[in-house]
Amino acid sequence: MKMSALPRAVPGRLPARPPVRWLGCLFAVLLLLPFMQGPARAVQPDEVLKDPQLETRARDLSKDLRCLVCQNQSIDDSDADLARDLRVLLRQRLVAGDSDAQAKQYLVDRYGDYVLLKPPFKTTTLVLWLGPLVLLLCGIWVAVGFYRRRGAAQGETEASIPLNEAEQKRLSKLLANERKR
Amino acid sequence: MMPKRWTTVLPLAVFAVLVAFFGWRLVLITRGDAPNMIPSVMIDKPAPGFDLPPLVLDRPGLKTADLGGKVTLINFFSSWCIPCRAEHPLLVDLMNQSMVQGKLLLVGIDYKDRPEDGRGWLSRLGNPYQAIAMDRDGRVGIDFGVYGVPESYLIDRQGRIRYKQVGPFTPDDIREKLLPLVAELNK
Repeated sequence: MKMSALPRAVPGRLPARPPVRWLGCLFAVLLLLPFMQGPARAVQPDEVLKDPQLETRARDLSKDLRCLVCQNQSIDDSDADLARDLRVLLRQRLVAGDSDAQAKQYLVDRYGDYVLLKPPFKTTTLVLWLGPLVLLLCGIWVAVGFYRRRGAAQGETEASIPLNEAEQKRLSKLLANERKR
Repeated sequence: MMPKRWTTVLPLAVFAVLVAFFGWRLVLITRGDAPNMIPSVMIDKPAPGFDLPPLVLDRPGLKTADLGGKVTLINFFSSWCIPCRAEHPLLVDLMNQSMVQGKLLLVGIDYKDRPEDGRGWLSRLGNPYQAIAMDRDGRVGIDFGVYGVPESYLIDRQGRIRYKQVGPFTPDDIREKLLPLVAELNK
């Protein structure tokens, strides 16, 4: 975002509106600023491949590869030295004719599944992938049980238990009184 | 009433499980198993193929064919690496101990360093390495799965990687992890 887009007071003239408004605008713009800029570019111009198709593949791949130094950034985002080395290596593999899967596997062979930002679905990651689903199902089960019981409890007290003889007599009496009025 | 008791106990049980889990992770961290330690996939695999030039005139460089035969510790270090500075005297001490004589070969790989800086480091701090190579672009480091220095790899007599040390060795690491393993691999 360029500074010129910010509202400014023109020197020598009074601002048209009270200064508080300007402050409000400034705050609004400052609040919005973080959402307006894209992520910082870590990829340096000298790393970029001449073939735009290969470069696009490299960019897409490196977004899914973890920088092992910063660990919560992809190598596409990271400025770490090792991330740069891995980006260069990845591009060399693609230029050498590796498929996307082969290039990825090359790094997995060295750094393990950890290098993938999206862990693969296999026996050791079952809990990771299915855990949330299991929890959700548990939640649904508990909720269904809760509402069923509540429904049943309401039914019992209000409708399903028949009145006994004394109650029935009293009810008829009350109703008879009602009609007399 | 049955359901009511069950709903009070359940959150408590979940809470207890979480506390137990976090407590267990904390204990692991104090033992050095922190979550940012990336488990190596290279363990029990043969060392990757490489052939690196020597850093200094009086010691050889290092290549895959040199490994095997003797239990070997490959130490990735660099002159710009501060933890390496802390680790270095421990390695010098280690190689002076009589119990590792003839049982452990220590070799160094100067990782992503200017050769003159690496040489200056060795002449200042001493050279405990029987062979020392330079990996200027860090490519061999990547083949080993290095993601920071120092890192060390213990190679058995068949040339397979058997142990990886991430970060500097401490005296405890050497005493409790490295030396017992060296003894075992020499059996």
